[in-house]
Amino acid sequence: MRFPVKTISLALASSLVAFGCGKEAPPPPPPKAEQPAAPPAKPTVTVKIGHVSPLTGPQAHLGKDNENGARLAIEEANAKKLEIGGAVVTFDFMGEDDQADPKQGTTVAQKLIDAKVNGVIGHLNSGTTIPASKLYSEAGIPQISPSATNPKYTQQGFKTAFRVMANDEQQGKVLGGYATQQLAGKKIAIVDDRTAYGQGVADEFEKAAVAGGAKIVAREFTNDKATDFAAILTKIKSKKPDLVMYGGMDAQAGPMAQQLKKLGIKAKMIFADGGCTTEFHKLAGDAAEGHYCSLPGVPLEKMPGGKAFMDKYKAKFNVDIQLYAPYSYDAANVMIDAMKRANSVEPAKYLVELPKTAFDGVTARITFDERGDVKDGAITLYQAKGGKWEALETIGGAPAEPAQPAAMSGMGGMQGMQGQGMGGMSGMQGMSGMSAAPAAAEKK
Amino acid sequence: MDTFIQQIINGLVLGSIYALVALGYTMVYGILGLINFAHGEVVMIGALTALTVIKLLANSGLPGIVVVLLGLAAAVPVCMALGFTIERVAYRPLRNAPRLAPLITAIGVSIVLQQLAMIFWGRSYHAFPPILPTTGRDIGGAHITDLQIVIVLLAAAIMAGLMLLVNKTRLGRAMRATAENPQIAGLMGVNINAIISATFLIGSALAAVAGVMVSANYSIAHYHMGFILGLKAFTAAVLGGIGNLPGAMLGGVLLGLIESLGAGYIGDLTGGFLGSHYQDVFAFFVLILVLVFRPSGLMGEKVAERA
Repeated sequence: MRFPVKTISLALASSLVAFGCGKEAPPPPPPKAEQPAAPPAKPTVTVKIGHVSPLTGPQAHLGKDNENGARLAIEEANAKKLEIGGAVVTFDFMGEDDQADPKQGTTVAQKLIDAKVNGVIGHLNSGTTIPASKLYSEAGIPQISPSATNPKYTQQGFKTAFRVMANDEQQGKVLGGYATQQLAGKKIAIVDDRTAYGQGVADEFEKAAVAGGAKIVAREFTNDKATDFAAILTKIKSKKPDLVMYGGMDAQAGPMAQQLKKLGIKAKMIFADGGCTTEFHKLAGDAAEGHYCSLPGVPLEKMPGGKAFMDKYKAKFNVDIQLYAPYSYDAANVMIDAMKRANSVEPAKYLVELPKTAFDGVTARITFDERGDVKDGAITLYQAKGGKWEALETIGGAPAEPAQPAAMSGMGGMQGMQGQGMGGMSGMQGMSGMSAAPAAAEKK
Repeated sequence: MDTFIQQIINGLVLGSIYALVALGYTMVYGILGLINFAHGEVVMIGALTALTVIKLLANSGLPGIVVVLLGLAAAVPVCMALGFTIERVAYRPLRNAPRLAPLITAIGVSIVLQQLAMIFWGRSYHAFPPILPTTGRDIGGAHITDLQIVIVLLAAAIMAGLMLLVNKTRLGRAMRATAENPQIAGLMGVNINAIISATFLIGSALAAVAGVMVSANYSIAHYHMGFILGLKAFTAAVLGGIGNLPGAMLGGVLLGLIESLGAGYIGDLTGGFLGSHYQDVFAFFVLILVLVFRPSGLMGEKVAERA
């Protein structure tokens, strides 16, 4: 507050006080200050955006990926020299590590709250996101998780909790429907890693699969640090399932696929977003062939900005996208977008704008329902072929282009399909129309 | 029945690896009375070093088995050097310090090694290139791959060799003397420092072998892999009686079998009340039972004054 104080208008001074969380940035760069233009140098304000993901431990590769995605969005916003509330905004990115550990998750959340961040992107895991969301809610800090999919996260009634990815309820249903209808699974074995995410998605899958007429022949468990699954797979083998569903992450799904093959189990695996990575192919090797997975959103290559995002990411970080980077990129942009619309970086002010979001991200057109879940999240099913995930079909979801009417009729069509094939499941709220409706699925 | 045999095979493979790592814990404990918590990380460094070499040579046209042996040949000296350095830098200066001090440095070394490995090898998982034959054979309806047979036999051979070394050679005699009483062994002309270094060298070499076995069997290596493996191996060492070589082997194999059978049958035995996520609980329950009735472990000697 030494030199620039004279150039700052009174209006800004008061707005600075109002921001509370905003902190004054260093004086504007000299070239700008020297410009002979009439208006004095624009005041600046620094906005702290927190990001939390596991940067160490078994999921560090995914955690860094998330962080990179959000960092890219923040750096792009900084390069644009956005003006919000009359001040040029500089975003200050705070990347924190929660080790995928719920205890560490709340510690880091408190750290960010104490640092007076204006918003939080994260966390990666449902297990860390849910306990941390309580702290953010109490502090009134908006939180957008790119990848926490456990339904509980947004069902706690917190106004600050949002996510840009379809939740496990939606994903589990689509997977369960697909497993029983298209893949004609009659006897299904389920394994999960006992995390909030793995257990959540496996439970939802089980409900949908049972409703679809399948029999769950084994329900086994492992943990998110395991590499040996021989014992549980041996048990599963004795039950002779048609399909093995895994609720968990790629670091387990990959070795599991390999051990499945080693034990001579012919059944294919099916799992949700956690295993739907390039890392899976690396870890499973030639045992990856033929397994299925689902990923919220449509395939990145098919998104309008998907290819560009992939190139940008690769150029900036010189690594390939692991999994959720596009989602954390979108999450950060959704937050910045809400700040722009509210014309304020103050949490209480732009929080009001967040539910009204209608943002064309690289993963989808993002709108939120009343709970903070992403609306009409599309879910795409993939199959491993020749060392790659090949998109089979996309179920549900609005297209990224603002072509709402078409999307609405698409949804209507699916709801019409609901009676067919879903049998006993049709009573399970309208959302079930999203699962297992092959005719209505948009082939992409 | 075939499921039961398969579970026994699973347990044996897992147990052999645990046993090899457990030997490293138990040897150091027997001689120094120190729990070398960095041992799991030595296994990890061994696995990643071997994997780096194996990846380099994977497309060289050499037969897969030769490539893996070359990887092992690279990992063993690296791990030996590492073990030697750890002892010199982190443990020797504290040899006469209170018990807790070297324990804390051990944990510190473990964290440092893990972070260094993360910086050097990155956060990603490393896959083992598919260069080894995946053939196997069926025994009574159960399936075992050739690699797993090699793992079990090699582990058994190494353990037998170690027993010979400790019980029949001059070095072994000096090691046993040092374990019994370092001061008096020193007075008898044993070079204590050299013996302790030798212990770390041997333990680390075993760790390197175990690291290659783990990464080859599970086709995966990661900078974080040493933590759980080290914990399990340490448990195995305690189960068998820490400080006792045959105990570590027995403890390792037992722990592998308990885990495997526990995960396979606990659900059926309890009518679904307890599932396979109780596999670790089951293993530790057995450990507690053993310790209640035999506080020094299954084959442990009186080590109470050291603990």
